[in-house]
Amino acid sequence: MLSIKDLRAEIEGKKILNGLSLEVKAGEVHAIMGPNGAGKSTLSSVLAGRAEYEVTGGSVTYEGKNLLEMSPEDRAREGLFLAFQYPIEIPGVSTTNFLKTAVNEKRKYLGLDPMEATDFLKMMREKMDYVEMDKSLISRSLNEGFSGGEKKRNEVFQMAMLEPKLCIMDETDSGLDIDALRLVSNGVNKLRNKDNAFLVITHYQRLLDYIVPDFVHVLYKGRIVKSGDKELAKELEVKGYDWIKQEVEANS
Amino acid sequence: MSDTQEVDIIDQVVSQEYKYGFSTDIEMETAPMGLSEDIVRFISSKKNEPEWMLEWRLKAYRYWLTLKEPNWQNFDLKPINYQDIIYYAAPKERIKLDSLDQVDPELLKTFEKLGISLSEQKRLSGVAVDAVFDSVSIATTFKDQLYEKGVIFCAISEALHEHPELVKKYIGSVVPYTDNYFSALNAAVFSDGSFVYIPKGVRCPMELSTYFRINAENTGQFERTLIIADDNSYVSYLEGCTAPMRDENQLHAAVVELIAMEKAEIKYSTVQNWYPGDKDGKGGIYNFVTKRGSCEGAHSKISWTQVETGSAITWKYPSCILKGDYSTGEFFSVAVTNNRQIADTGTKMIHIGKHTKSRIVSKGISAGKSHNSYRGLVKVNKRAENARNHTQCDSMLIGDRSGAHTFPYIEINNKTAQVEHEASTSKIGEDQIFYCNQRGIGTEEAVGLIVNGFCKEVLNQLPMEFAVEAQKLLAVSLEGSVG
Repeated sequence: MLSIKDLRAEIEGKKILNGLSLEVKAGEVHAIMGPNGAGKSTLSSVLAGRAEYEVTGGSVTYEGKNLLEMSPEDRAREGLFLAFQYPIEIPGVSTTNFLKTAVNEKRKYLGLDPMEATDFLKMMREKMDYVEMDKSLISRSLNEGFSGGEKKRNEVFQMAMLEPKLCIMDETDSGLDIDALRLVSNGVNKLRNKDNAFLVITHYQRLLDYIVPDFVHVLYKGRIVKSGDKELAKELEVKGYDWIKQEVEANS
Repeated sequence: MSDTQEVDIIDQVVSQEYKYGFSTDIEMETAPMGLSEDIVRFISSKKNEPEWMLEWRLKAYRYWLTLKEPNWQNFDLKPINYQDIIYYAAPKERIKLDSLDQVDPELLKTFEKLGISLSEQKRLSGVAVDAVFDSVSIATTFKDQLYEKGVIFCAISEALHEHPELVKKYIGSVVPYTDNYFSALNAAVFSDGSFVYIPKGVRCPMELSTYFRINAENTGQFERTLIIADDNSYVSYLEGCTAPMRDENQLHAAVVELIAMEKAEIKYSTVQNWYPGDKDGKGGIYNFVTKRGSCEGAHSKISWTQVETGSAITWKYPSCILKGDYSTGEFFSVAVTNNRQIADTGTKMIHIGKHTKSRIVSKGISAGKSHNSYRGLVKVNKRAENARNHTQCDSMLIGDRSGAHTFPYIEINNKTAQVEHEASTSKIGEDQIFYCNQRGIGTEEAVGLIVNGFCKEVLNQLPMEFAVEAQKLLAVSLEGSVG
């Protein structure tokens, strides 16, 4: 589904990604871990197409297409979804209206007619249950005045509505208490299937107790320096990142 | 407005330009170019006006000659040559019309093209329309049904003949010709416009609306609207306007007067979409309008709602004189400017009666190299005990070459007044646009969505038929504003 080869990217002249490679197949969940400043959020921004980041080398193939040549909106319409670390507020625009626009823009891109209002509302009701989303939230302005937990649940709710193929979760666990973390994770687990894939970016192991990954990668200085299964995450939880840093320094 | 509609509208606006820029080829009768007492007499005689009306026009004209164009504004206004304007243009062969069948089909087609159906069978549900083409009213729909309720809705030229006592009593009573340069000019040369009278205790059974169209070249449009709501009555009135794309600037100097008697309510909505000029600022309408309402009676209410997207320069301040005790004035405004457009708009709320209330909500959106100003006055007179005002002015900037300005004036002469002013300026954030992009929403649609959200409070005030139109307009006006 996703093939990243030797990806290099910088922002304002500062090199952040230095030859990152990663293969993700349908049905897999990959966790990307790493210390602060390793390039985790840069990776999600580059994949989503944020303009501030400049790709200086390497390639990203998504579903057989060159992802880096696509506009951010086309990437989204092709099924790439980014759950934001800091979801954005849009005053005066309800979550319902926002999502209806998004769903229909995607349908238009795929050559489908806009969704009937009743079908759309039915779908909303179904998907709201995934994250136990409070009904009152979806008619309020998008993310405005939402608590941290509500914002993250709204991200997963949007994910459920847009039915993406590749979901990138950028530190979704940050700022969540344990109950919210459980709700959000349950939502994600319900969405997992053999046709989609998840890239879960996180600083802490605790999220991975709920969203159990197939692979765990450690990102350091803009490259993946170690890969393993969920046991690697547990090891990191106990030992921290220093031993990996030392390994990397010793090898270089 | 349902969410479904909001989204549909945004869908529709992808890559539209000013779509009302066509002109109609029709034989016109015009006055000779320029302005003189003879022209004033010409217009008056064309309308077959009573002597007192001509006298009033001539007084206004002579007064106008003593005035100078205002120069207090914060924008450059190229001098207007008032001798280069045609002050009267009407489709030829206009006989007294008994039914729509007698209206020139070319004209009917023009209005159809603008989305205004004058045929009552194909009407918008519950909206009566008066259509004004250049200097004359072409047709007014539903006149008979309204008249059964005692509601008078007709061209002002017609009202002069059929209800002269009402016109004589109220014309110039809220906006005297001495008020300002353009109100004096309008009083001298106004050619048509709408007249509304709602009798005591009547709630007008449908929305009334006037659709203004400038068509002829080198002409100015000077319409005059007069609305009187008698005790305990209610009316909601809407106006819309468009003009062809032309390279020269055309002048539109209208006067609107509203009078609300005891416990009467007038809701006046405008969707202004005159031709704004091209992206380099060539052409476009100068929209210099004086609009004022008087809350004459106790517990009366006047509410202005405007969506201003067109015109090269807009210069207008729909105002309320709150004379009656417990009367209320409201002003809800969205002004969008793009390219080289200039909008200088706001309101005056004059508190005279006791326990009067006013509310101002202004949303300005500036894109391109445009300038958008809110200019407003809240004045509380000495005897206006317990006056209340709340003002909210929000500006949104798109790009980094546009300007937003706020000039709030507050004059308080009574200690019991409570006046609040809130203001904010924001920029459409790249983060907001990227967030929309990441959900599959393209940048132009994202801007439309964000701007409509920003203006929601005001758009919600519009009657349904206009709200849809207004939302489309907002998105269209801002096309190409985000690179």
